[in-house]
Amino acid sequence: MADLFIYPEFEVVRNKDRCIACRVCERQCSNGVHSYDEECGVMVSDEARCVDCQRCVSLCPTRALKIVKSDCTFRENANWQADTIKEIYKQANSGGVLLSSMGNPKPLPVYWDRILINASQVTNPSIDPLREPMETRVFLGKKPRAIERGEDGKLKDNLTPQLELSMPVMFSAMSYGSISYNAHKSLAEAASRLGIYYNTGEGGLHEDFYVYGPNTVVQVASGRFGVHADYLDAGAAIEIKMGQGAKPGIGGHLPGTKIVGDVSRTRMIPEGSDAISPAPHHDIYSIEDLRQLVYSLKEATQYKKPVIVKVAAVHNIAAIASGIARSGADIIAIDGFRGGTGAAPTRIRDNVGIPIELALAACDTRLREEGIRNDVSLVVGGSIRSASDVVKAIALGADACYIATAALLALGCHLCRTCQTGLCNWGIATQRPELVKRLNPELGAERLYNLMTAWRHEIMELLGGMGINSIETLRGNRLMLRGVNMTEKELEILGISHAGE
Amino acid sequence: MKRVVVNEKWCLGCHLCEYNCAFANSGLKDMAKALKGKPLFPRIRVLDGGDGITFAVSCRHCTDPICVRSCISGALAFRDGAVTIDKERCVGCFTCILVCPYGAISRDADGAVQKCELCLKNGTGAPACVRGCPNGALTYEE
Amino acid sequence: MLDMKKTYVIIGGGVAAVGCAEGIRTTDKSSRVVIIADEGRAPYFRPLISYYLEGKTDLDRMRYRPEGFYSENGIEFINGKATAIDVKAHTVTLDGGRKIKYDAVCVAAGSSPFVPPMEGLDKVEKKFGFMTEDDALSLGDALFPDCRVLIVGAGLIGLKCAEGIVSRCGSVTVCDLAPRVLSSILDGEAASLMQARLEEHGIKFLLSDTAASFGPHTAFMKSGKTVDFDVLVLAVGVRANVSLVKDAGGSVGRGITVDCRMKTSLPDVYAAGDCTETEDASGGGVRVMAIMPNAAFGGRCAGANMAGGDAVFDCAIPMNAIGFFGLHALTAGTYEGELHEARGDGTLRRFYVKDGYLSGFMLIGDDEFTGAGIYTSLIRNRIPLDTLDFETLMQAPSVASFSPGYRSLNIEGWKNA
Repeated sequence: MADLFIYPEFEVVRNKDRCIACRVCERQCSNGVHSYDEECGVMVSDEARCVDCQRCVSLCPTRALKIVKSDCTFRENANWQADTIKEIYKQANSGGVLLSSMGNPKPLPVYWDRILINASQVTNPSIDPLREPMETRVFLGKKPRAIERGEDGKLKDNLTPQLELSMPVMFSAMSYGSISYNAHKSLAEAASRLGIYYNTGEGGLHEDFYVYGPNTVVQVASGRFGVHADYLDAGAAIEIKMGQGAKPGIGGHLPGTKIVGDVSRTRMIPEGSDAISPAPHHDIYSIEDLRQLVYSLKEATQYKKPVIVKVAAVHNIAAIASGIARSGADIIAIDGFRGGTGAAPTRIRDNVGIPIELALAACDTRLREEGIRNDVSLVVGGSIRSASDVVKAIALGADACYIATAALLALGCHLCRTCQTGLCNWGIATQRPELVKRLNPELGAERLYNLMTAWRHEIMELLGGMGINSIETLRGNRLMLRGVNMTEKELEILGISHAGE
Repeated sequence: MKRVVVNEKWCLGCHLCEYNCAFANSGLKDMAKALKGKPLFPRIRVLDGGDGITFAVSCRHCTDPICVRSCISGALAFRDGAVTIDKERCVGCFTCILVCPYGAISRDADGAVQKCELCLKNGTGAPACVRGCPNGALTYEE
Repeated sequence: MLDMKKTYVIIGGGVAAVGCAEGIRTTDKSSRVVIIADEGRAPYFRPLISYYLEGKTDLDRMRYRPEGFYSENGIEFINGKATAIDVKAHTVTLDGGRKIKYDAVCVAAGSSPFVPPMEGLDKVEKKFGFMTEDDALSLGDALFPDCRVLIVGAGLIGLKCAEGIVSRCGSVTVCDLAPRVLSSILDGEAASLMQARLEEHGIKFLLSDTAASFGPHTAFMKSGKTVDFDVLVLAVGVRANVSLVKDAGGSVGRGITVDCRMKTSLPDVYAAGDCTETEDASGGGVRVMAIMPNAAFGGRCAGANMAGGDAVFDCAIPMNAIGFFGLHALTAGTYEGELHEARGDGTLRRFYVKDGYLSGFMLIGDDEFTGAGIYTSLIRNRIPLDTLDFETLMQAPSVASFSPGYRSLNIEGWKNA
């Protein structure tokens, strides 16, 4: 039954003087918003279908289109706001759990925006990255506690496997299935050209992408989809996914309609069957259990690859991180509550988990206090939006950042947050061939490469400004940060002083 | 010499190339003014190859162009790797349409023929179809 | 290498002749290239003469190559008529008796109007052929606003002439022994469409009828009718100029016999253009295919081979694009085999399919038939019809009807993988 209570969220505004009825908008809209009225010779819109993905706006050759938020309003009510009212209508209509995509859009604090970065003036020189060498390379993995020498006095190589990154950013997990073949190819190609890593997510590794193995992190999650010996061998590192920032505490669900063709083969599950990743790993109920999986995977790959354990940022994250560090993992990845998803229950996405900034600071502090910080590297994600977010994360104690939403934006995503429909007009979150082909991976990889190159330049500028010439030197250097607009408690957790102090 | 290369795999069938072409060759500064409410005479056409395949066809600027050899009026010429048309000479006999193996020559609004001239004459620089292609289905390559 | 310089002689001043000179120059930049032509004009686009009379072009724009082209490319012109080729001596004799020695010669002598003997023709004061720029200029001079013109011959030449002059005359009548117009390229239905369009624009027809004899201003028709005229145009037909080769002992049929390298049966004697007959790639056997593209390609091929190259031209087919007052007829190939027909809004498309190949087609209508060249390429390149979607192709010619493999292999600048 159509939901009569809900008025369309957006309006399609078409400038009649500019519209030439080329019908590009009609051909490009998978939601069927636009159509051509043969009789009147004009384009018409069905606004109820519009998700504001901006595909038509971007491609309209005469700039005749814009999508605006409808100003049709409910009677104002500070408590019962429009979104809340609409959600109630939707649920009253469907009886179902509300689904959403991408990251938490609620106006909760973004601590990155309350943290400011230092710069050198007079008493210590800043560094010009255009003239001076600047090191953005980082190595992820357990670092030895001491230098060891052999009988002959020579250094002993006691270094466990490391990941080498040309800059402290990686593309975080997005499965083939949740995103398209071409999106995956773009990420893989870009990671390879950049000397960083992308992550398979829990979708297995398409046979075409084994060539990108040296720049691939292969994921093992609770559904164990697509996991086999060759898969583990193919990657540069293995990530055990315990949780995801967008939906901590629950599993994943890729509907059977998306399990087609290569997606089915790559996941090693029958076509059309729903891919349900359980909420927990059924073999992990303790740090000891986790340790078993970590070592099983290391054993399976001859201890040649670092193992990452990824968790969502939740309330006792510092204690959890301490446990993970003791489980034998080489890298801990923490995903904050603003992290994206291809589909999650709205209530979970918007209400579960904690900000990554606080989680990162808490974990770094705790691991230092326990003297085990060098046993693991810390990678953080969950809405890293810019080079300055990266720099702030490093200064708070991260070794590197995971980005996904930013990467998808580079590929064309306009954050319409309807990935769950599978009708992505940008060819990213879809498996429909006619939509998948809209993302030419050559162009996609180029855009990702451009984005990361730009960030790398900005990171070097910011480092140089602080008089610092390497990521290593900045890591955990919270003196380089100051807070504004924060409570004492927030500053305490972040371990930074207030601006002016 | 550079040519417009067609990459079938990435064509979305959006038809933007046709509109960008017609606009670039309209001599007008505003696309709406150039194209609104008028029949479209693009020099590139998007074709449906079935099975979800589409592609845009424009003059291939053949190395031994049969259209030039067949032109009864000298309107078509092959210079520096490009087949160009001098509309002042064209008498609209359509012999070129009869011989072009790609169907890349068509009639213009005035009854002469028109074809892709790589935007060499209209001052837009690189071919407008290529510049406006959203997915790299048309590229301008040596 | 001065002593290596050769002399290439080309007889004729049309498209095949220039094509031959260009063909020579693709490999041999330094040898002598001599064109012997008797029109006393720089080569021009012959089909434009009717458009000239119509005012759609002018003498400058009719030049086949820009001024300076011939001197830049070292192409000499000798104004004269070649009367004989001495194969043994390797000489061409001109009408004044002058002999020119050649290393290789190309006969591109074109064709001449054929006028059957008609009683009283000599009494007609103003009579013209319609083959040359001179013909067009003198015909143009002879016309006056109320003049009555009789054109004998409803073929391509006669009708183009009619279209070119009708607005400048009081009346134009076209007669032909054939029962329909353009009988060599159109069938009955197509011809009647074309005739109707010509009649709408004031051209009168007397078909299945022709002039038996003439008075100074009157034609006495076989049917007994009489047609009064001020100006008479004779466009009955043309014959290939084969005599130079024939007299030298070379093989000729209706045209000079040449192989796919444009070599005649005589050593170092080549021929190209309207004076030759070649194998019709559409399956029509050996015949004269006097059309511009064949002359251009044939000439170029002959030239390349004369200069020591190895060029082949083996895809000549008859084809014509002809339009009158907005009604266009595009035809090609041979009308043999199974007939397929596609009718559209004011258009008629007929296709002839033989042994799985397209052998010919005829398109007529108020349409430019964009993409018709795809049909032509099916004939010229002998593409088996079972490799493509011919049913769709008949309605709307498009490279989309070719298989992806064909597209990527045969179309320049094409990727589909």
